Amino acid sequence: MRARTLGLVLVAALAVAPFVPMGVMREYTIHVLVQIFIWSFIGGAWALMGRFGLTSLGHGAFLGLGAYTTTLLWNFVGLTPWLGALVAVALTAVFAVIVAYPCSRFQVVGHYFGLVTLAVGEVVRLLIIAERDWTGGSLGLTVRAAGADSLLAIQFADRRVFYYGALALWLAGLYVWWRVDRSMARSAMEAIGEDETAAASVGIHVTRFKVGITVLSAVLTAIGGIAYAQYISYVNPDTLAGIGVSLRIVFAVVLGGMYSLLGPTVGTALTIALSEYLRVLFGVRYIGMAETIYGLLLVLFIIFLPAGIYGTVRDLLRRRRAAPLAA
Amino acid sequence: VIDPLFLAEAAVNGLLLGGVLALLALGLNLIFGVIDIVWIAYVDLVMICMYAVYFSVQVYGWPIWAGGLASVALGALLGIGVHLLIISPILTSAPVNQLLATGGLLFFLQSLATFLWTTDHRSVRLTLPRLELFDMPISVARLVAFALSILAMLGLYLFLTRTYIGTAIRAVSQDREAMALMGANPHRVYLVTSAVGGAMAGVAAALLIIQYAVHPFFGAAFGPITFMICVLGGLGNMVGAFVASFIMSEVIAISGVIWSTEMGYVIAFVVFVVMIFVRPGGILARRG
Repeated sequence: MRARTLGLVLVAALAVAPFVPMGVMREYTIHVLVQIFIWSFIGGAWALMGRFGLTSLGHGAFLGLGAYTTTLLWNFVGLTPWLGALVAVALTAVFAVIVAYPCSRFQVVGHYFGLVTLAVGEVVRLLIIAERDWTGGSLGLTVRAAGADSLLAIQFADRRVFYYGALALWLAGLYVWWRVDRSMARSAMEAIGEDETAAASVGIHVTRFKVGITVLSAVLTAIGGIAYAQYISYVNPDTLAGIGVSLRIVFAVVLGGMYSLLGPTVGTALTIALSEYLRVLFGVRYIGMAETIYGLLLVLFIIFLPAGIYGTVRDLLRRRRAAPLAA
Repeated sequence: VIDPLFLAEAAVNGLLLGGVLALLALGLNLIFGVIDIVWIAYVDLVMICMYAVYFSVQVYGWPIWAGGLASVALGALLGIGVHLLIISPILTSAPVNQLLATGGLLFFLQSLATFLWTTDHRSVRLTLPRLELFDMPISVARLVAFALSILAMLGLYLFLTRTYIGTAIRAVSQDREAMALMGANPHRVYLVTSAVGGAMAGVAAALLIIQYAVHPFFGAAFGPITFMICVLGGLGNMVGAFVASFIMSEVIAISGVIWSTEMGYVIAFVVFVVMIFVRPGGILARRG
């Protein structure tokens, strides 16, 4: 009950946030928050698989597929991103099945699953670079400007429109996570994560569940990629595909804690806030310094907070609450 | 239609690239097989060692062999450092955490190199003659590197089969629990393995710097293909990794000539994924 009140207060605060007078900081604050919402949504999508032991190191593939499909369709055919997103989602779903089905049939798990997905992520990145006539290669591609505010093109001069869009997306992501968490699929997936053979022996259709959760996770990730591309109106193979971004997603989620509803959000908010802070602190004077500290902190966090920040804090709170009972 | 001479040249270049990849995969595979942790940042350690050779030779004027020895020593130290500071605290953690800790190291080394040495490409200039074989130019630098990498592999093979600690390392890679019961200290074995793996990174760096320029993103360029070779060969299977290096390098070189370098890598990765499905134990694994 208290958690629900707290949640409602948080959502209400986020809903009015863009109208709080913050002077010149407002644009920047909104920009950072939009990024946090979108990447938290993507992190949550990753965690749908990650929490069941399907550690994907190639979610960049789905991001890139989503973002590039929509952008290319808009730039070259003039198809509105709304319909482009549908095409992208369908493509991503097919692609996810192509990857997940053999992985499940041939029992590719653990390190091997990580490396297969990593290869898949690199394949998408390299294909984007190789098709440079269309995609602009490693220079990236700017989303063609519609000229004015346009709902059809999802382009708005006012960042607040994107803010509410991203907020809604984030809440929708939490809803999906909550639905999966309370479903039969969760128990089935947990059983599969523990021991596939045993799960199959009690009648769980291992392949169906694994492919299903992968497709769900991939499709949500692609939607996140589309949202990010529309917001930034620029796509680049290094920021939307490949190892770099894939690892960043995993970092944020593991840092926050992948077994809890708000874990991915906490982790993403923290990593984005951290990298923004370091970027502003060092500016362009010491190129690479901000990232160096970021990398160092990530290593330290993983070593000292293996359950993630949210998980660790929750455990501490529980212990404190449990202590008086024991006494 | 592509000139067969081009293809032959690509095949020879692929063979030489294979030597390099085999060397990169060797140290990583040793660590992978014994400690069972993927050092995502392994090729970034190689990158740091390459800078060491560059600075000692090109800036301080050391002879190339001294730079190479320094690189091997630095590699061994880095290997020990990584093991003591990062790996040993998380030996029993979830695999995803282990992967991410070395992934964090990757970000760290990459951006530290950017910060310290900028993103300039740097290379060691050696004046070596060029050979011609049936009208195909062959770089002597690559040939020397290839020969030395074969020697380094033989050296590692002898170390693993002819010395006491080498035997212990192989024993741990077969069964770590049983080894501890036999009275061997697995932590010492891990430490020696990390040092040897690091030293192999130093060897690889010394041989790579005479054919490739070093830059902070060198690890990102060669890292993924290196993990894939280790897995393709079968974890801890040295001969398998060796064979896999040449398969991958020929795929990259030949499809690179037919289409483009990126497509070469794309095809290599697809080959990897398909091979994982059909032969999960590695290319040389017996059918189970």
